[in-house]
Amino acid sequence: MQHRYIPMTDEDRQAMLKTIGVSSSDELFADIPEPVRFTGELNIKPAKSEFELKKEMAGLAEQNSHTQSHTSFLGAGVYEHYIPSIVDHVISRSEFYTAYTPYQPEISQGELQAIFEFQTMICEMTGMEVANSSMYDGGTALAEAVNLSAGQTKKKKVIVSKAIHPESLDVIYTYAKGFNLDIIEIDHQNGLTDLDQLKAELDDDTASVVMQYPNFFGQIEPLEDVQSLVSEQQKTMMIVSSNPLALGYLTPPGEFGADIVVGDAQVFGIPTQFGGPHCGYFATTKKLMRKVPGRLVGQTTDDEGRRGFVLTLQAREQHIRRDKATSNICSNQALNALASSVAMSALGKQGVREMAELNMKKARYAKKAFESAGFETLYDGPFFNEFIVKLNKPVQELNEALLQEGFIGGYDLGRDQEQYDHHMLVAVTEVRSKDEIDQFVSKVGELNG
Amino acid sequence: MANEQDFPVIFELSKEGRKGYHLPELDVDDFNLDDEFQKQYIRQEDPDLPEVSELQIMRHYTALSTRNHGVDSGFYPLGSCTMKYNPKMNEDVARLPGLSSIHPYQPESSVQGALALMYDLQTSLSHITGMDYVTLQSAAGAQGEWTGLMMIRAFHEANGDYQRTKVIVPDSAHGTNPASATVAGFEAVTVKSNERGLVDLDDLRRVVDEQTAALMLTNPNTLGLFEKDIIEMAEIVHGAGGRLYYDGANLNAIMGYTRPVDMGFDVVHLNLHKTFTGPHGGGGPGSGPVGVTNELAPFLPKPLIAKTGDEQYFFDYDRPHSIGRIKPYYGNFGINVRAYTYIRSMGPDGLKQVSESAVLNANYMMRRLSEEFELPYDQHCKHEFVLSGKNQKKMGVRTLDMAKRLLDFGYHPPTIYFPLNVEEALMVEPTETEAKETLDEFVDAMNQISKEAKEDPETVQEAPHTTVVDRMDETTAARKPILRYYRD
Repeated sequence: MQHRYIPMTDEDRQAMLKTIGVSSSDELFADIPEPVRFTGELNIKPAKSEFELKKEMAGLAEQNSHTQSHTSFLGAGVYEHYIPSIVDHVISRSEFYTAYTPYQPEISQGELQAIFEFQTMICEMTGMEVANSSMYDGGTALAEAVNLSAGQTKKKKVIVSKAIHPESLDVIYTYAKGFNLDIIEIDHQNGLTDLDQLKAELDDDTASVVMQYPNFFGQIEPLEDVQSLVSEQQKTMMIVSSNPLALGYLTPPGEFGADIVVGDAQVFGIPTQFGGPHCGYFATTKKLMRKVPGRLVGQTTDDEGRRGFVLTLQAREQHIRRDKATSNICSNQALNALASSVAMSALGKQGVREMAELNMKKARYAKKAFESAGFETLYDGPFFNEFIVKLNKPVQELNEALLQEGFIGGYDLGRDQEQYDHHMLVAVTEVRSKDEIDQFVSKVGELNG
Repeated sequence: MANEQDFPVIFELSKEGRKGYHLPELDVDDFNLDDEFQKQYIRQEDPDLPEVSELQIMRHYTALSTRNHGVDSGFYPLGSCTMKYNPKMNEDVARLPGLSSIHPYQPESSVQGALALMYDLQTSLSHITGMDYVTLQSAAGAQGEWTGLMMIRAFHEANGDYQRTKVIVPDSAHGTNPASATVAGFEAVTVKSNERGLVDLDDLRRVVDEQTAALMLTNPNTLGLFEKDIIEMAEIVHGAGGRLYYDGANLNAIMGYTRPVDMGFDVVHLNLHKTFTGPHGGGGPGSGPVGVTNELAPFLPKPLIAKTGDEQYFFDYDRPHSIGRIKPYYGNFGINVRAYTYIRSMGPDGLKQVSESAVLNANYMMRRLSEEFELPYDQHCKHEFVLSGKNQKKMGVRTLDMAKRLLDFGYHPPTIYFPLNVEEALMVEPTETEAKETLDEFVDAMNQISKEAKEDPETVQEAPHTTVVDRMDETTAARKPILRYYRD
């Protein structure tokens, strides 16, 4: 059958075989030794027509509850936010999405400049001097930051707050194994990292201290105090993972002397899409510029003196440095970085603050509403757009019931730490209305019994 | 610092007070946030993002897109990258709200459609590669390599083989192979290619020993040649207790003809953004699923997608020997959706036709181009082939010059100066989605450039002549890096 993605006709085939000087295409595969040849038919489903397959896929999609069918209060690192329509229109320009990595600058100025603008926006949000072109996601960006700190300081001990995203913590462990790093976890008290414990653990052998700001519980870690502890050790680095939207309101980690700031730009223009692809970012100081993993775009000029952009400092990267590279990363999340750039451009200077504040105000309204309805909430400290509600029953059970009522409930904190059994992490973003919040609180109250 | 002739960056369009957004209303009580925070935690200086209107943003990025070349713009024979057509249907499917607007922590009961899709994709990739299990978690090829190597490391350690610290990589391998070996805590050891462009078996025997953890191999290799000694290679490595790692970068050449498992491989990663039409996106996102045989399955990253007897899908976290979590959530789902849609569009016959046509297209181009260009390995290739610009270099025209000259003809040039073992290399991969007419036109352009190299070398040496910018000063870019925009 002639497939719509393959233009070769029988006539083409005959003409090409003749030029090659063989009688059938099988001769071109003759160098595959007979014992390793596959002679059967691949055991996958038969081809479906475009119309029928679309219908089937739409059917699969409709089996899922999603944010257009349900009202969601689920966050925990992945959030439903306002995505301006222009974002998808820009990333649907096929000159962007069907292009490879911009290794030929003369015909890749569009992508290169878009990345340069992304790097600038990430620097602005985080208060850092240098940002790369993106990482897979916030979790792997954090793990790469940890590895960088160990390589740079030649120390193996890394202190990690247990108030960071639990899956990021897991990823740090997996990545750290390659370099035999020693990960020390610091507990939290009242929703914040225990600084006494941090102080006790910090020593001359510590490569870095890892914090999340706002942390996994939505609380704002006192980075100023953390930095003053970290700076007592000469070489130890401060690594901060940050939701960049929160930095529309909060003082950016760069101003507290962070050495590396990472996170996920999913909050800017990227749909939740079951956890990926999102868009990790990686920002650091000029001092560490040549140690950064992944691609960097730099400004330069062409032969005529015109401003233009190129991939630069590539001597760090795997395709040049091979086994001595700063990281093995090659593909990144370029198209999603573009989406985030468009979203950040749309929001602009005022919009990021306005959006951050909307999140904070609506979350505060929701927290108060839960309290008024008789729920215990955690914690009392300043927070961004998430807080904890204590329930009478397992969160999982309640969430199943909420689905039937048109809600996607919050995150079950008990799945990571036993102390949080029956504790739901509720996320409230700018897209939730007062009515939706009121109905959610009332429904949770009803189901909670 | 912008000249008049410079194309503006978006920050230069900014004007105070302009807006490109309209956020939902504040319909709850207005809280005085500043009362809650200590002053030092309240941002004093707003981030300097552009203030632009919606149309300004659209025009800016539309203009940028016209300064970019994608597969839809024109032929893109970039070797080792499989720049095939990205079906539009896949884009539509991936944007269905039931797939794009679901959250990774929703109850499993509310994402059965997504889990069924992932399960069926895992199963399909298992059959295509012959591997017993596949995880979809790796975000890209390089992460897949590292994941596979971490599993091999865990496997050896479970056997008490802590001395297996070396990973063998051919000199023609992609740079991610040795880099991934390092990140997984191994030492990368190079095995040489022979004069036929294949792994030198004697050298392989020399480097393999009781410290060998694995051999990483791309087959067909980066020269586009099938490693026909694969049976002996597998025997040598397995005989010494090592494992075979298949870099799936070149799977587009062999679907339905042979499977990694048939060749003796124990671990495989695939690049769904190459063979399975995930768009490259200007550098990502990709997706790099990893397949393993039964003996390595206990070490797969957490979680796996599994199915109960009554067809309910769930995440299996109960995996005590797992290498752990390699990425938050479950991989680049959106790319996996596109790949799944593609596989279902093609079916088993279609995928075999893909490989047949990819190989036929490459051989046809190779034969036609070999009249004018040096062909270092004169034998049938698979999905790609490597030429040398040696003949043209004698006339003072380098491969880089020819690549730049191709831009004037509206083509993205082939991969150049890779693999490292061919002088002035030009690595061409046409893919199966290109028509014979396109290949012929490209060959004509290449022949024209070769003719220019003889008769009018300056035209080639000074190329490109038609692009929006000329050759860039990359030296200054690296020596005095400017990595972000600063206002004057």
